[in-house]
Amino acid sequence: MSTPEIATVRGSSAVIPARTLLSIRNVAKRFGKNVVLRDISLDVAEGEFLTILGESGSGKTTLLRIIAGFETASAGEVWMGEERLDRQPPYRRRVNTVFQHYALFPHLTVEQNVAYGLRVAKRPEAEIASRVSEALERVKMSAHAKSKPSKISGGQQQRIALARALVNRPRLLLLDEPLSALDANLRRQMQVELKSLQREVGISFIFVTHDQEEAMVMSDRIALLRSGELEQVATPREIYGRPATAYAAQFIGHTNLLKGEVRSGMVRCGSLSWSAALADGRALFSLRPENIRLATANTALAGSVRVRGKVRHQAFHGATELIRVECGDGLVLVVRTPGSGGTLDDVELEFSPADAVLVRESAERI
Amino acid sequence: MFSRAYKTAVTLPPLVWVTVFLLMPYLLMFCYSFWSVSASQTIEHSWNLANYGQLLRVGVYWQTLLRSMWIAARVTIFSLALGYPLAYFLSFYAGQKKDLLYQLVIIPLWVSYLVRAYAWKTILGSDGVLNTLLQYVHLTKHPLEFLLYSPFAVVLTLTHIYTPFAFLPIYAALEHIPRNLVEASHDLGASPGQTFWKVVFPLSVPGVVAGATFAFVLSLGDFLAPLLLGGPSGIMISNIVVSLFGAAYNWPLGAAISFCMLLLVVGLLFFSERLEKKWSFS
Repeated sequence: MSTPEIATVRGSSAVIPARTLLSIRNVAKRFGKNVVLRDISLDVAEGEFLTILGESGSGKTTLLRIIAGFETASAGEVWMGEERLDRQPPYRRRVNTVFQHYALFPHLTVEQNVAYGLRVAKRPEAEIASRVSEALERVKMSAHAKSKPSKISGGQQQRIALARALVNRPRLLLLDEPLSALDANLRRQMQVELKSLQREVGISFIFVTHDQEEAMVMSDRIALLRSGELEQVATPREIYGRPATAYAAQFIGHTNLLKGEVRSGMVRCGSLSWSAALADGRALFSLRPENIRLATANTALAGSVRVRGKVRHQAFHGATELIRVECGDGLVLVVRTPGSGGTLDDVELEFSPADAVLVRESAERI
Repeated sequence: MFSRAYKTAVTLPPLVWVTVFLLMPYLLMFCYSFWSVSASQTIEHSWNLANYGQLLRVGVYWQTLLRSMWIAARVTIFSLALGYPLAYFLSFYAGQKKDLLYQLVIIPLWVSYLVRAYAWKTILGSDGVLNTLLQYVHLTKHPLEFLLYSPFAVVLTLTHIYTPFAFLPIYAALEHIPRNLVEASHDLGASPGQTFWKVVFPLSVPGVVAGATFAFVLSLGDFLAPLLLGGPSGIMISNIVVSLFGAAYNWPLGAAISFCMLLLVVGLLFFSERLEKKWSFS
């Protein structure tokens, strides 16, 4: 992969090429016979918010631990700028980690926890004091400076873990599912805070999560990991709109996977057919539920694919409604419509062939 | 949830047991310590503080008590010095061999105390293993006499016997330290040495206090090691108590010394309990 491009800054669509900060090159990891990571190559740009997304057991935490230095890669290299990182012990790396369960030192106060990195680096006391109070200020925890970690809530511990890492001004911050222990509301709030904090300090974040929604909300780019291999690395919009594989399409959001047959420029899939400039053979398409509409006489679009079907199930979600439509020949489509139609029975559906995205079949892996 | 009768049935036996076999004997001993022995070798049930006065007045009693404490203190220090590194290594670096090594530390506890004490006798004696070896390699010409029948022999034997007792609570404390704290420390730039002194050691203090208490209290009350290996210069306070209750037939004085030791130990346990509480953070 070449230098990544990131679309950044308050929704502006400008694409700013940034310098590569961290470069993971052909990293593999085995525990005995168990292969956890195979041939991972990934670049992280300066100031980027990159999320490593994957199910449990996908190897995402192992990859993070290799970057931090708690695990040694079985093969491959990790570089930070001109410096080879994977040969250095964790305490020499300018990388800091926010641990899943925060890992605050229970025998130290909040303030002493945050000061820890600066103390071991033997910074002058005056500097430590000012940087610690600044860091506590930033995460709005100044009032609890003298408390022991056991006396503050999970969300507050989270902020302290963040302050303790950031106070050292690392070049890269690693976050290992830091929000997984928080309840849903606090979690959403912290997602926003974390994202704006990252913008503010301009440090690269590598954020590990299994929650695709969290990944979508926060990331500049998502690296989707599956059984130790990268499935796709792309911006949230791209990975959602143009999933590369069937797995990516299914893991991020809902989708209809259509198994089709291409013959002389025509795709046939059950009762559906549309033209596409593809080579002959089997092909797999991802069609998002919201890209399928209920057709009426006056919505007919030029070139759209139409199909009739029977509604089998309707689930009302408030703003939208998910309906399952049986279209004959074993074809079932899930359709997301604005939730206003009442009870439906026979419907005609339509979608634009451009929304049926060709995806690679994901290899079966254990 | 449980009926009154059931609760009574369950709590009564241990209560009776503790009263009859623990509290009553203590009470009896406490009474004895105020009585005295007449010229005709009978116990006179006249209440006075003469026995306690004698403890303070007669040098051999409090000097032996002080020596016993000094021996116990040395045993404690050596047990910690051996037990802590062992526990640290086992907990952090032994990996797969952890369970096996742990068993190896525990197994000596199954061997009779007497056997282990006698083993040292055969090692340290004039014709013992150590002296024979030293003369064989011409490091010494004559057997070293101070090896056996000395406070040195007592300290050595007690250290051997009580190191597992110091080891166990330290090991338990180290095992309870979440490993991500060590990783967090490294992550924040602390070297392994800094991590040990700033994170691992402070969090293991309750184990160290418990281990030290075990080693000190157990060796303070020991009487077999000084009896077998101590000689005249290695006598400890328990030996005096044993002889007062036995050959010397002065139960009242023996009871007074016992009671002083009991107070000392209870005070120590109370103090160490406070210390452990102060240093635990769960």
